[in-house]
Amino acid sequence: MNENQKHIEDLQQIRSIMERSTQFISLSGLSGISAGIFGLIGAALAYLKLAGEFSISSSNNRLYSGDVVDVMDINFFNVVRMNLAFGPTLDLVIIATGTLGLALIFATIFTARKAKKDGNNLWSPTAKKLLVNTAIPLVVGGLFCIALLKHGLFGLVAPCTLIFYGLALINGSKYTLPEIRYVGVLNIILGLLNTIYIGQGLFFWALGFGVIHIIYGVVMYFKYERK
Amino acid sequence: MKGLITNLNKAFENRIRLGIMSVLMVNPEVDFKTMKEMLDVSDGNLASHTSALEKNEYILITKKFVGKKPNTTYTVTKLGRKAFQDHLSALEILLGKSS
Repeated sequence: MNENQKHIEDLQQIRSIMERSTQFISLSGLSGISAGIFGLIGAALAYLKLAGEFSISSSNNRLYSGDVVDVMDINFFNVVRMNLAFGPTLDLVIIATGTLGLALIFATIFTARKAKKDGNNLWSPTAKKLLVNTAIPLVVGGLFCIALLKHGLFGLVAPCTLIFYGLALINGSKYTLPEIRYVGVLNIILGLLNTIYIGQGLFFWALGFGVIHIIYGVVMYFKYERK
Repeated sequence: MKGLITNLNKAFENRIRLGIMSVLMVNPEVDFKTMKEMLDVSDGNLASHTSALEKNEYILITKKFVGKKPNTTYTVTKLGRKAFQDHLSALEILLGKSS
């Protein structure tokens, strides 16, 4: 039986090495929670901003039923454009960028802390793979969203960020703990739903970047860290 | 039972060799430094076990120069992949039968 014990340990070690050498496991649940909180704060700020802008613009910018509108010019995107063109785009971009920046900084801090605690390297080959594979869809999505903004298709920006973010997570999930895959799938679903309920981007954003991140973070924290 | 035991590969009896093969099974190419950190072994220890596996033609050792620094990388050969998989199934069967 002693021989068997050795074989069992061998197999366990093999599995553990295979996992450790392909997955970046130091991603902290706290990273998810902090990202979610910043996401909600960002959404709240954006909401206040929009509310303020809308109250100003409603007095002089809104189309009334009696207004003359070139009927030929109305298509789906133009309607979206009319509804959102007076939105404070630049401020929203600043809020979004700030939210993303803070979320990334705190995610890195918490993850570095966990890596140190576990005795793992933060900048390992697996971390590199995770980063590169997440970055590819993210950068493509970011550029695509800039194109949308440039063409005035504001209503599609929020769904687009959610969809590409979800794809990025799914692409990266091979190199870290597998639960992140579900976060990716949920974000894609929210993004697609948002394309139906266009103009409700903020609500879907708060749900995708805020609530889902927090739930994910809490689950991960209790599953892997709180022991 | 005798047949089962002979399927266990002597080349993989050592823990470090098992570790090297495990890493290479799931990573296409691994360099010396990464391998060393992953398995937490000394330079000499890793070198002797990798050269033993190379002698069996289970892994391929490639030595390149990155600038002036020598850079050694390891990849698993087709033969090594098969041998390791056979070894693993032999282990599993052995454990499944006796437990």
